[in-house]
Amino acid sequence: MWKWLHPYAKGEATYRLLGLWQPWLSGLALVFVTVGLVWGLFYAPPDYQQGDSYRIIFIHVPSAMFSMGAYTGMAIAALIALVWQIRTAEWAIAAIAPVGATLTFVALFTGAVWGKPMWGTWWEWDARLTSQLILLFLYIGVLALYYAFNDARTGAKAAAILALVGVINVPIIHFSVYWWNSLHQGATITKFEKPSMPPEMLIPLLISIAGFLFLTAALITQRLRNEILKQELHRPWAMEKLGVEANHGV
Amino acid sequence: MAFDSWQEVIWMGGYGFYVWLAFGVSILAIAILVVHGLLTRKKLAQMAVKKQQQQQRIARRKQQERHRSMVTNDSTS
Repeated sequence: MWKWLHPYAKGEATYRLLGLWQPWLSGLALVFVTVGLVWGLFYAPPDYQQGDSYRIIFIHVPSAMFSMGAYTGMAIAALIALVWQIRTAEWAIAAIAPVGATLTFVALFTGAVWGKPMWGTWWEWDARLTSQLILLFLYIGVLALYYAFNDARTGAKAAAILALVGVINVPIIHFSVYWWNSLHQGATITKFEKPSMPPEMLIPLLISIAGFLFLTAALITQRLRNEILKQELHRPWAMEKLGVEANHGV
Repeated sequence: MAFDSWQEVIWMGGYGFYVWLAFGVSILAIAILVVHGLLTRKKLAQMAVKKQQQQQRIARRKQQERHRSMVTNDSTS
Protein backbone atom coordinates (compact mmCIF):
# COMPACT_ATOMS: atom_id res chain seq x y z
CA MET A 1 0.00 0.00 0.00
CA TRP A 2 2.80 2.40 0.87
CA LYS A 3 4.95 1.19 -1.99
CA TRP A 4 4.37 4.30 -4.09
CA LEU A 5 5.80 6.40 -1.28
CA HIS A 6 8.96 4.41 -1.02
CA PRO A 7 10.99 6.01 -3.83
CA TYR A 8 10.59 9.40 -2.15
CA ALA A 9 12.65 8.19 0.78
CA LYS A 10 15.51 8.48 -1.69
CA GLY A 11 17.01 11.90 -2.21
CA GLU A 12 17.01 12.01 -5.99
CA ALA A 13 13.30 11.22 -6.46
CA THR A 14 12.27 13.79 -3.84
CA TYR A 15 14.58 16.38 -5.39
CA ARG A 16 12.95 15.85 -8.80
CA LEU A 17 9.41 16.03 -7.43
CA LEU A 18 10.17 19.22 -5.47
CA GLY A 19 11.75 20.63 -8.60
CA LEU A 20 8.44 20.18 -10.43
CA TRP A 21 6.56 22.00 -7.67
CA GLN A 22 8.97 24.83 -6.98
CA PRO A 23 8.22 27.16 -9.93
CA TRP A 24 4.46 26.82 -9.37
CA LEU A 25 4.70 27.44 -5.64
CA SER A 26 7.00 30.43 -6.13
CA GLY A 27 4.79 31.94 -8.84
CA LEU A 28 1.58 31.47 -6.85
CA ALA A 29 3.26 32.88 -3.74
CA LEU A 30 4.43 35.98 -5.59
CA VAL A 31 1.01 36.64 -7.18
CA PHE A 32 -1.12 36.00 -4.08
CA VAL A 33 1.14 37.81 -1.61
CA THR A 34 1.43 40.84 -3.90
CA VAL A 35 -2.32 41.03 -4.57
CA GLY A 36 -3.20 40.45 -0.91
CA LEU A 37 -0.76 43.03 0.46
CA VAL A 38 -1.43 45.72 -2.18
CA TRP A 39 -5.18 45.27 -1.71
CA GLY A 40 -4.84 45.38 2.05
CA LEU A 41 -2.51 48.36 2.09
CA PHE A 42 -4.16 50.60 -0.49
CA TYR A 43 -7.71 49.45 -1.26
CA ALA A 44 -9.22 47.98 1.91
CA PRO A 45 -11.18 50.56 3.95
CA PRO A 46 -9.67 51.86 7.23
CA ASP A 47 -10.94 50.33 10.47
CA TYR A 48 -13.49 52.43 12.36
CA GLN A 49 -11.56 51.94 15.63
CA GLN A 50 -7.95 51.38 14.67
CA GLY A 51 -7.80 53.58 11.57
CA ASP A 52 -5.04 52.56 9.15
CA SER A 53 -2.87 50.85 11.79
CA TYR A 54 -4.93 47.65 11.39
CA ARG A 55 -3.38 47.13 7.92
CA ILE A 56 -0.53 45.32 9.70
CA ILE A 57 -2.99 42.43 10.04
CA PHE A 58 -2.41 41.46 6.39
CA ILE A 59 1.10 40.30 7.31
CA HIS A 60 0.64 39.60 11.02
CA VAL A 61 -2.13 36.98 10.84
CA PRO A 62 -0.79 34.95 7.86
CA SER A 63 2.77 34.85 9.23
CA ALA A 64 1.53 33.80 12.67
CA MET A 65 -0.68 31.08 11.17
CA PHE A 66 2.10 29.51 9.16
CA SER A 67 4.69 29.91 11.91
CA MET A 68 2.52 27.37 13.74
CA GLY A 69 1.65 25.41 10.59
CA ALA A 70 5.33 25.04 9.69
CA TYR A 71 6.08 23.83 13.23
CA THR A 72 3.35 21.19 12.96
CA GLY A 73 4.84 20.07 9.65
CA MET A 74 8.31 19.96 11.19
CA ALA A 75 7.03 17.86 14.10
CA ILE A 76 5.43 15.39 11.66
CA ALA A 77 8.74 15.17 9.77
CA ALA A 78 10.49 14.60 13.12
CA LEU A 79 8.10 11.76 13.99
CA ILE A 80 8.71 10.11 10.59
CA ALA A 81 12.47 10.59 11.01
CA LEU A 82 12.47 9.00 14.47
CA VAL A 83 10.10 6.11 13.75
CA TRP A 84 10.99 5.12 10.19
CA GLN A 85 14.54 6.50 10.06
CA ILE A 86 13.86 8.16 6.71
CA ARG A 87 16.68 10.55 5.93
CA THR A 88 14.58 12.85 3.75
CA ALA A 89 12.41 13.51 6.80
CA GLU A 90 15.53 14.40 8.82
CA TRP A 91 16.54 16.88 6.14
CA ALA A 92 13.02 18.31 6.11
CA ILE A 93 13.52 19.34 9.77
CA ALA A 94 16.56 21.40 8.77
CA ALA A 95 14.65 22.85 5.80
CA ILE A 96 11.54 23.86 7.75
CA ALA A 97 13.18 25.33 10.88
CA PRO A 98 14.70 28.49 9.32
CA VAL A 99 11.49 29.21 7.40
CA GLY A 100 9.39 28.76 10.53
CA ALA A 101 11.78 30.87 12.59
CA THR A 102 11.56 33.71 10.06
CA LEU A 103 7.75 33.56 10.02
CA THR A 104 7.71 33.56 13.83
CA PHE A 105 10.02 36.59 13.88
CA VAL A 106 7.77 38.38 11.36
CA ALA A 107 4.67 37.61 13.47
CA LEU A 108 6.37 38.84 16.66
CA PHE A 109 7.80 41.96 15.03
CA THR A 110 4.59 43.03 13.28
CA GLY A 111 2.73 42.31 16.51
CA ALA A 112 5.06 44.55 18.50
CA VAL A 113 4.84 47.36 15.95
CA TRP A 114 1.05 47.04 15.95
CA GLY A 115 0.91 46.84 19.73
CA LYS A 116 2.76 50.10 20.29
CA PRO A 117 0.10 52.43 18.82
CA MET A 118 -2.89 50.26 19.88
CA TRP A 119 -1.94 48.92 23.34
CA GLY A 120 0.66 51.55 24.16
CA THR A 121 3.45 48.99 24.51
CA TRP A 122 5.81 47.10 22.22
CA TRP A 123 5.83 44.05 24.42
CA GLU A 124 3.83 42.50 27.24
CA TRP A 125 4.60 39.21 28.98
CA ASP A 126 1.17 37.80 28.37
CA ALA A 127 0.28 34.26 27.33
CA ARG A 128 -0.06 34.70 23.55
CA LEU A 129 3.07 36.80 23.14
CA THR A 130 5.20 34.69 25.47
CA SER A 131 4.17 31.37 23.92
CA GLN A 132 4.92 32.76 20.45
CA LEU A 133 8.36 33.84 21.68
CA ILE A 134 8.91 30.29 22.98
CA LEU A 135 8.07 29.07 19.46
CA LEU A 136 10.95 31.18 18.12
CA PHE A 137 13.30 29.71 20.74
CA LEU A 138 12.15 26.19 19.84
CA TYR A 139 12.93 26.76 16.17
CA ILE A 140 16.37 28.15 17.07
CA GLY A 141 16.96 25.23 19.45
CA VAL A 142 16.05 22.68 16.77
CA LEU A 143 18.45 24.32 14.31
CA ALA A 144 21.23 24.56 16.90
CA LEU A 145 20.88 20.87 17.81
CA TYR A 146 20.75 19.83 14.15
CA TYR A 147 24.14 21.37 13.47
CA ALA A 148 25.70 20.79 16.92
CA PHE A 149 27.13 17.31 16.35
CA ASN A 150 30.01 16.08 14.24
CA ASP A 151 27.83 13.15 13.25
CA ALA A 152 24.96 14.62 11.21
CA ARG A 153 22.57 11.77 12.04
CA THR A 154 23.02 12.23 15.78
CA GLY A 155 22.26 15.92 15.34
CA ALA A 156 19.18 15.16 13.26
CA LYS A 157 17.91 12.75 15.91
CA ALA A 158 18.43 15.24 18.74
CA ALA A 159 16.73 17.98 16.71
CA ALA A 160 13.82 15.63 15.91
CA ILE A 161 13.25 14.87 19.60
CA LEU A 162 13.17 18.57 20.51
CA ALA A 163 10.88 19.32 17.54
CA LEU A 164 8.50 16.57 18.64
CA VAL A 165 8.43 17.55 22.32
CA GLY A 166 8.02 21.22 21.44
CA VAL A 167 4.86 20.64 19.42
CA ILE A 168 2.91 20.90 22.69
CA ASN A 169 3.51 24.65 22.37
CA VAL A 170 1.40 24.92 19.20
CA PRO A 171 -2.02 24.29 20.82
CA ILE A 172 -0.88 26.42 23.77
CA ILE A 173 -0.32 29.36 21.41
CA HIS A 174 -3.64 28.77 19.72
CA PHE A 175 -5.74 28.54 22.87
CA SER A 176 -3.70 30.97 24.98
CA VAL A 177 -6.13 33.83 24.30
CA TYR A 178 -8.99 31.74 25.71
CA TRP A 179 -7.20 30.03 28.61
CA TRP A 180 -5.61 33.13 30.09
CA ASN A 181 -6.50 36.78 30.29
CA SER A 182 -4.63 38.26 27.39
CA LEU A 183 -4.10 41.65 25.87
CA HIS A 184 -4.29 39.86 22.55
CA GLN A 185 -7.66 39.61 20.82
CA GLY A 186 -9.32 36.31 19.95
CA ALA A 187 -9.53 34.78 16.50
CA THR A 188 -10.82 37.01 13.72
CA ILE A 189 -11.60 34.16 11.36
CA THR A 190 -12.99 30.90 12.70
CA LYS A 191 -14.33 27.89 10.88
CA PHE A 192 -17.54 27.65 12.81
CA GLU A 193 -18.70 31.21 13.28
CA LYS A 194 -19.23 34.16 11.04
CA PRO A 195 -15.95 36.07 10.69
CA SER A 196 -15.88 39.29 12.69
CA MET A 197 -14.71 41.21 9.66
CA PRO A 198 -16.50 42.77 6.69
CA PRO A 199 -15.76 41.22 3.26
CA GLU A 200 -13.84 44.30 2.06
CA MET A 201 -11.20 43.44 4.67
CA LEU A 202 -11.73 39.68 4.81
CA ILE A 203 -11.15 38.97 1.10
CA PRO A 204 -7.67 40.59 0.92
CA LEU A 205 -6.79 38.88 4.22
CA LEU A 206 -7.79 35.47 2.83
CA ILE A 207 -5.78 36.16 -0.35
CA SER A 208 -2.78 37.10 1.79
CA ILE A 209 -3.21 33.93 3.87
CA ALA A 210 -3.27 31.83 0.68
CA GLY A 211 -0.17 33.71 -0.50
CA PHE A 212 1.71 32.98 2.73
CA LEU A 213 0.74 29.31 2.44
CA PHE A 214 2.33 29.15 -1.02
CA LEU A 215 5.27 31.25 0.19
CA THR A 216 5.92 28.93 3.13
CA ALA A 217 5.74 25.89 0.85
CA ALA A 218 8.03 27.50 -1.74
CA LEU A 219 10.63 28.51 0.85
CA ILE A 220 10.63 25.04 2.43
CA THR A 221 10.92 23.46 -1.03
CA GLN A 222 13.92 25.65 -1.88
CA ARG A 223 15.72 24.77 1.35
CA LEU A 224 14.87 21.06 1.26
CA ARG A 225 16.27 20.81 -2.29
CA ASN A 226 19.47 22.50 -1.10
CA GLU A 227 19.70 20.15 1.88
CA ILE A 228 19.22 17.07 -0.33
CA LEU A 229 21.97 18.27 -2.69
CA LYS A 230 24.28 18.97 0.24
CA GLN A 231 23.78 15.52 1.74
CA GLU A 232 24.02 13.71 -1.61
CA LEU A 233 26.89 15.74 -3.00
CA HIS A 234 29.06 12.63 -3.17
CA ARG A 235 26.64 11.02 -5.62
CA PRO A 236 26.94 11.58 -9.38
CA TRP A 237 23.31 12.72 -9.82
CA ALA A 238 23.72 15.57 -7.34
CA MET A 239 26.91 16.78 -9.00
CA GLU A 240 25.21 16.70 -12.38
CA LYS A 241 22.33 18.76 -11.02
CA LEU A 242 24.85 21.36 -9.90
CA GLY A 243 26.22 21.60 -13.41
CA VAL A 244 29.27 19.39 -12.96
CA GLU A 245 30.06 16.29 -15.00
CA ALA A 246 30.74 13.63 -12.40
CA ASN A 247 33.30 10.91 -12.99
CA HIS A 248 31.37 7.68 -13.09
CA GLY A 249 32.93 4.49 -11.88
CA VAL A 250 36.20 5.97 -10.67
CA MET B 1 -8.32 53.23 -3.40
CA ALA B 2 -8.82 54.12 0.25
CA PHE B 3 -6.51 57.16 -0.05
CA ASP B 4 -6.71 60.37 -2.08
CA SER B 5 -2.99 61.02 -2.55
CA TRP B 6 0.40 59.36 -2.15
CA GLN B 7 1.09 61.62 0.81
CA GLU B 8 -1.91 60.09 2.56
CA VAL B 9 -0.66 56.61 1.68
CA ILE B 10 2.65 57.36 3.38
CA TRP B 11 0.94 59.11 6.30
CA MET B 12 -1.50 56.19 6.90
CA GLY B 13 -3.82 58.28 9.07
CA GLY B 14 -0.94 59.02 11.46
CA TYR B 15 0.19 55.36 11.71
CA GLY B 16 2.58 55.52 8.73
CA PHE B 17 5.70 54.84 10.82
CA TYR B 18 4.23 51.66 12.33
CA VAL B 19 2.60 50.31 9.16
CA TRP B 20 5.63 50.87 6.94
CA LEU B 21 8.07 49.62 9.59
CA ALA B 22 6.04 46.39 9.93
CA PHE B 23 5.79 45.85 6.17
CA GLY B 24 9.40 46.86 5.48
CA VAL B 25 11.04 44.63 8.09
CA SER B 26 8.79 41.65 7.20
CA ILE B 27 9.59 41.85 3.49
CA LEU B 28 13.29 42.31 4.29
CA ALA B 29 13.33 39.25 6.57
CA ILE B 30 11.74 37.04 3.91
CA ALA B 31 14.01 38.48 1.20
CA ILE B 32 17.08 37.61 3.30
CA LEU B 33 15.79 34.04 3.64
CA VAL B 34 15.32 33.72 -0.15
CA VAL B 35 18.75 35.20 -0.94
CA HIS B 36 20.40 32.94 1.66
CA GLY B 37 18.82 29.93 -0.06
CA LEU B 38 20.12 31.05 -3.46
CA LEU B 39 23.62 31.65 -2.05
CA THR B 40 23.61 28.19 -0.45
CA ARG B 41 22.94 26.65 -3.83
CA LYS B 42 25.77 28.65 -5.37
CA LYS B 43 28.12 27.47 -2.62
CA LEU B 44 27.04 23.86 -3.24
CA ALA B 45 27.87 24.26 -6.93
CA GLN B 46 31.36 25.48 -5.99
CA MET B 47 31.77 22.50 -3.66
CA ALA B 48 30.72 20.19 -6.48
CA VAL B 49 33.34 21.67 -8.81
CA LYS B 50 36.01 21.18 -6.14
CA LYS B 51 34.90 17.61 -5.56
CA GLN B 52 35.01 16.92 -9.28
CA GLN B 53 38.56 18.27 -9.58
CA GLN B 54 39.58 16.13 -6.62
CA GLN B 55 38.08 13.04 -8.25
CA GLN B 56 39.87 13.81 -11.49
CA ARG B 57 43.19 14.23 -9.67
CA ILE B 58 42.75 10.88 -7.97
CA ALA B 59 41.82 9.24 -11.26
CA ARG B 60 44.88 10.67 -13.00
CA ARG B 61 47.19 9.54 -10.21
CA LYS B 62 45.74 6.04 -10.30
CA GLN B 63 46.25 5.88 -14.04
CA GLN B 64 49.86 7.03 -13.70
CA GLU B 65 50.54 4.44 -11.05
CA ARG B 66 49.00 1.74 -13.19
CA HIS B 67 51.10 2.87 -16.11
CA ARG B 68 54.28 2.95 -14.03
CA SER B 69 53.72 -0.50 -12.59
CA MET B 70 53.11 -1.81 -16.10
CA VAL B 71 56.39 -0.29 -17.29
CA THR B 72 58.37 -1.77 -14.38
CA ASN B 73 56.76 -5.16 -14.94
CA ASP B 74 57.86 -5.01 -18.56
CA SER B 75 61.45 -4.19 -17.64
CA THR B 76 61.78 -7.00 -15.10
CA SER B 77 60.36 -9.72 -17.31
